[in-house]
Amino acid sequence: MVKAEIVSWFRIYEMFRFESFHMYGIIGSAIGLGVFIIQFIKRQQIKTLQGESIVFHPKQMSITRYLIGGIIFGLGWALTGACPGPMFVLLGYGYGTLLLVILGAILGTFVYGILRERLPH
Amino acid sequence: MEIIYASWPWYIAGPLLTLVMFLLLYLGGSFGVSANLRTMCTLAGGGRYADFFAINSHKHIWNLVFVIGAILGGFLAGTFLSEGTEITLGSHTIEALKELGLESPGKAYLPEELFGYSALSSIRGISLLLFGGFLIGFGARYAGGCTSGHAISGLSDLQLPSLIAVIGFFIGGLLMTHFILPFIL
Repeated sequence: MVKAEIVSWFRIYEMFRFESFHMYGIIGSAIGLGVFIIQFIKRQQIKTLQGESIVFHPKQMSITRYLIGGIIFGLGWALTGACPGPMFVLLGYGYGTLLLVILGAILGTFVYGILRERLPH
Repeated sequence: MEIIYASWPWYIAGPLLTLVMFLLLYLGGSFGVSANLRTMCTLAGGGRYADFFAINSHKHIWNLVFVIGAILGGFLAGTFLSEGTEITLGSHTIEALKELGLESPGKAYLPEELFGYSALSSIRGISLLLFGGFLIGFGARYAGGCTSGHAISGLSDLQLPSLIAVIGFFIGGLLMTHFILPFIL
């Protein structure tokens, strides 16, 4: 992530301005290849190292939770220029201030857990 | 060796992410980083406050190891595998960032104004970081995943709910970038 600059706030900002193919190329090629890999796993019934079958759980369809949750996440993503993976990568990279972002993320997760029953899903 | 020190192109990075997803699946897990935030709440005792955290954390330890790996990876890549920190950004982006008040966009990976230690000296600086993180944590759990879980894993599995989530990600991201950041920066 560091070498491909995925963790850069500036790259995320640039992505949301559609000013560069870079981030789209990364996500697009990852998904493109990923579709093949998962189809391969399913059809060839690839097992895990421990010999168990790899199971994919289809998600329950709903618009509300995915859309609203997604939008809220997106707001945070553009504000901090990071999502959960990069948050920790950046911490290792040397940006100590990410600890506040991580703390905020844990708090956000906690508040979600508490409010969950009352939110539309 | 030169190639490793320079920044990596998208056609290398993308497939590498897919490789990560495959390795995690092969080892019996899955590629979804935001789940760790829930595990952390559980480990901190969240189970007392909500059923959502009353899960068996042992089953999710492997994912926490991924987080540790990510921190290590960031450290190694930044310290040993990088020559400089400059990023080449599009010219319109650079102009827009300067208008927002950010000096030297692209000089480092993150804007010093928001992520440098000087940001800790203002309430606004601290709030932006905390609030940004809060949105990520809350949104990711509500949507049941983040970019790794939905955009990469979910879309690779051709899941429609993941597509909706990703559309949501983009709506939120665009709103923030184009309408909100100009006000709060």
